[in-house]
Amino acid sequence: MLFRSRIRRARGGAVRLELAEEERGLLRQVAGELRALLDEEPEDPSLRRLFPTAHAEPEREREYRELTRDQLVRGREQSLDLLRDTAGQELLTPEEADAWVRALNDARLVLGTRLDVTEDYDWDGLDETNPRAQELALYAYLSWLQEQLVEAMA
Amino acid sequence: MTTLAPAEVEVERPVEDEDLRHDRPWVVIVWNDPINLMSYVTLVFQKLFGYSHARATKLMLQVHHEGKSVVSSGNREKAELDVARLHAYGLWATMQQD
Repeated sequence: MLFRSRIRRARGGAVRLELAEEERGLLRQVAGELRALLDEEPEDPSLRRLFPTAHAEPEREREYRELTRDQLVRGREQSLDLLRDTAGQELLTPEEADAWVRALNDARLVLGTRLDVTEDYDWDGLDETNPRAQELALYAYLSWLQEQLVEAMA
Repeated sequence: MTTLAPAEVEVERPVEDEDLRHDRPWVVIVWNDPINLMSYVTLVFQKLFGYSHARATKLMLQVHHEGKSVVSSGNREKAELDVARLHAYGLWATMQQD
């Protein structure tokens, strides 16, 4: 089969996307759900990889959190909103592409944490009888999309 | 090439432990995790630190194979800023005094 990537670099660092309407709908949904989780359940354990510990020393860590937490949350909300709002576009500016890879990465960090993904996860062994098949398939799709986007941006 | 050598001035400096501790630089460490894509980590290093593709790839591979890599250093403020920027991109970064 002749394979041509559906995500390609365009002029001026822009990225051209050939995505099906179902994919675009899925991205809106993922962005909306993660945005709601950040807003409503900011302490949810599946969000822990979005806010790693910077300092081993508790007092310094507390200061770091105080200094950065709000800004980190706002930045994530902005990139998720942008993904949702531009999910229908065929062309992304470099800034929009940057927000997309960040938002996709956040979604993968949360999903991967929930699924307890490991580096040597056996994707070939995945079948429909796995109760988490749907979430794993979503994780794999988001990983594929992010990889393609990064390639087009590099 | 020339240098403008500073005039030698004797300054009395306290050399207490606290001062020495304060002067030691901080290093920013990125740790391996099973979720972040190798290509993405390389892109983030290039973007945030202006590293060449070769240097960013080398650091990424060090994270991947050795479990961690020092990606930047400086005073506490700079290191904290770098850590926060890495956290904004979803990388697992910590900082410690060298």
